[in-house]
Amino acid sequence: MIRTINVNEITEQIKEMCIEANHFLSSDMICAMEKAKNTECSPLGKQILEQLQENLKIAGEEMIPICQDTGMAVIFLEIGQDVHFVGGQLEEAVNEGVRQGYTEGFLRKSVVNDPIIRENTKDNTPAVIYSKIVEGSKIKIKVAPKGFGSENMSRVFMLKPADSLEGVKNAILTAVKDAGPNACPPMVVGVGIGGTFEKCALMAKEALTRETGAHSEISYVKELEKEMLKKINQLGIGPGGLGGTSTALAVHINTYPTHIAGLPVAVNICCHVNRHIIREV
Amino acid sequence: MEKQIHIPIQKEIIRELKSGDYIYLTGEIYTARDAAHKRMNETLDRNEKLPIDIENKIIYYMGPSPAREGKVIGSAGPTTASRMDKYAPRLMDLGLSGMIGKGKRSQEVINSIIRNEGIYFAAVGGAGALLSKCIKKSEVVAYDDLGTEAIRRLEVENFPVIVVIDSQGNNLYETAIEEYKEG
Repeated sequence: MIRTINVNEITEQIKEMCIEANHFLSSDMICAMEKAKNTECSPLGKQILEQLQENLKIAGEEMIPICQDTGMAVIFLEIGQDVHFVGGQLEEAVNEGVRQGYTEGFLRKSVVNDPIIRENTKDNTPAVIYSKIVEGSKIKIKVAPKGFGSENMSRVFMLKPADSLEGVKNAILTAVKDAGPNACPPMVVGVGIGGTFEKCALMAKEALTRETGAHSEISYVKELEKEMLKKINQLGIGPGGLGGTSTALAVHINTYPTHIAGLPVAVNICCHVNRHIIREV
Repeated sequence: MEKQIHIPIQKEIIRELKSGDYIYLTGEIYTARDAAHKRMNETLDRNEKLPIDIENKIIYYMGPSPAREGKVIGSAGPTTASRMDKYAPRLMDLGLSGMIGKGKRSQEVINSIIRNEGIYFAAVGGAGALLSKCIKKSEVVAYDDLGTEAIRRLEVENFPVIVVIDSQGNNLYETAIEEYKEG
């Protein structure tokens, strides 16, 4: 059965989601922050985590964005193959939602029209959009506004197969160590292993939108996530990079088959304002 | 140690501030980030006068979100300071006394902090809603066309910062990590 959906509905959803994501963290992130505060060993670190919780409270109550960097809007669409869009072009409808959300929601316009010419587009468009065709007649929308303090500290490593699991672990630790205070810890670390150059980066990005602290279903990957979280929290970076035991809230790893000659690893770092909302239409 | 400090900060007071001190700042500060720094640098290259007097002033690396009706400013937390490393020594040599941001600084900036007896404070990254409450006045004073990146004069009250690099060059980002590092 073909299901007809007017793209205006997508615009409306995206607009609301951009505003919501920038003022309210999802409950998984709230829980992860609370856990970090309760386990942090550094008194200054604990004080910073308390400030961050107070910040979240003010943001929600007074509708002030959690962070002034309200991000570049990264949007994942999973579109059922039985959906037929009417009323306009889908990508334009998504960008219209971003435009309305960032303008009406008093969010910061942080996008420039060209990486070299650098003129602000003044409405935070365009978004970065990924769409995937899936079974069924529904649309799953994921909105993840991404701040660039942490985005700038993200890395892709094209390892050799001989580097093996040890090489992957070193890559993750290197990225986190180099990021240090710049990425606004406590951070969430998204990792993509395998695929190609761009596939591993995209997996790392999508890993950030996973429910915080949920583990991979692959048993060795789950163990790797636990081990890396422990090792990262032993680096001493701590909240705000000012020393402590809460450097990361979670490590999420996604994997994909790869080529006989390669072992790509991407590490996408997100600050504690790891914004992600999912809705189904 | 917790301290209340008024801006402009006298050299004698800057000398007393130590890496790791928790400070509440009150007074006037300027905001400037990437694009404003680039423009100021080009202005200096042309031997022209800067649009603001930076002598004994503090620059906050920050670009706010828009203010809602009735509010002074939107969310207003620090941005990554290292992107301004290229420009900071020149401004410090011209009299800028300090900076507020987040994240590491280059050795050139640290040297210039020591040379000029300056200071680098960090505000908590990602606490823009909380920090906005300490900003009592905000006014664009230059580069209005840059939007969020314009230079603003802010009046802050008990604005919480931590001394990261003091005038002797001690760096909290390095010392604090050592304290909590395991294995």
